Amino acid sequence: MNKKHIWGALLLIGSLTLAMTTLSWSDEDERWEHERGEGNRFWHETSNVPMLTNKAYQTECSACHFAYPASFLPERSWLKIMTSLEDHFGENAELDNDTQAVITRYLQNNAADQSPSRFSRSILRSIRTVDTPLRISETGFFKRKHHEIPNRMVVGNAKVRSFSNCLSCHSMAEKGSFDEDAVRIPGFGRWED
Amino acid sequence: MNITNLLICVLCVLPIYTASASEQVIQQRLADYRATGAADFDATRGAALWQQSHVQAKLGKAVSCRSCHSTQLQHTGQHLRTGKLIEPMAPSVNPERFNDSKKIEKWFKRNCKWTWGRECTAQEKGDLLTFLQSQ
Repeated sequence: MNKKHIWGALLLIGSLTLAMTTLSWSDEDERWEHERGEGNRFWHETSNVPMLTNKAYQTECSACHFAYPASFLPERSWLKIMTSLEDHFGENAELDNDTQAVITRYLQNNAADQSPSRFSRSILRSIRTVDTPLRISETGFFKRKHHEIPNRMVVGNAKVRSFSNCLSCHSMAEKGSFDEDAVRIPGFGRWED
Repeated sequence: MNITNLLICVLCVLPIYTASASEQVIQQRLADYRATGAADFDATRGAALWQQSHVQAKLGKAVSCRSCHSTQLQHTGQHLRTGKLIEPMAPSVNPERFNDSKKIEKWFKRNCKWTWGRECTAQEKGDLLTFLQSQ
């Protein structure tokens, strides 16, 4: 083997190592989202989702479904949802003008684009700028986080039925925590991947 | 009077109080409907409207109020499509049902459009409310 080959091999090994490290960094980056670092304020805060602070949003929206965190969709998605309430995923969810304005403003001010949470940044990164998803479960980030969960645990599970029922499995969701540790799938228990 | 007696009195009066609150709200709604041109209201007509079915465009099948509110107004209903549980409509078992004017109008608007494809008239709303109140 001549010198050229040795250098070539070294270069190849070097690049591979670098590539692997970067990959594991990005994995690590996502893992942090789930960690509740005791004594580490920074991680602790960013692993949580901002709590709901708007009474109208809470009252009106959770009358029918989990009041999804505003920080889980970009502003453009919320605007599209709030201007098409007469056909809200097949239901009529029209509001009076005042309530609609209050809720729209709340969602705009707390949308993913405005939120420093790691979840929001990951969600935004996973949406193409030309897209305006109407469902959190349509975003690349959501899909990546849930793709390993078999159908029988969600859609085929009478106690869950749909990925839109966050609270069925994310037992701490109302407190703003979507940590994997707190996941309890009805009929199946803890989820560990 | 000791504390237990007082508590019993309060617990007895409470349902009467909430029932009358909802009674007042219903009377106000009916007065408003009359003010917009509705005539007298009739529970029998309301009952017929409650059962009247229309083809829901998006579902492609006939639905009526009973599709989601259960065939027994004293029972808990379940949304045909989403599975959401719906508290009983009959004030006799759910006295809180009609104690909020804005809520009544919000759901009339949504549900008339969803079920019948149009808003209900003041006359229809008055008839429906009179029917429901009697349950």
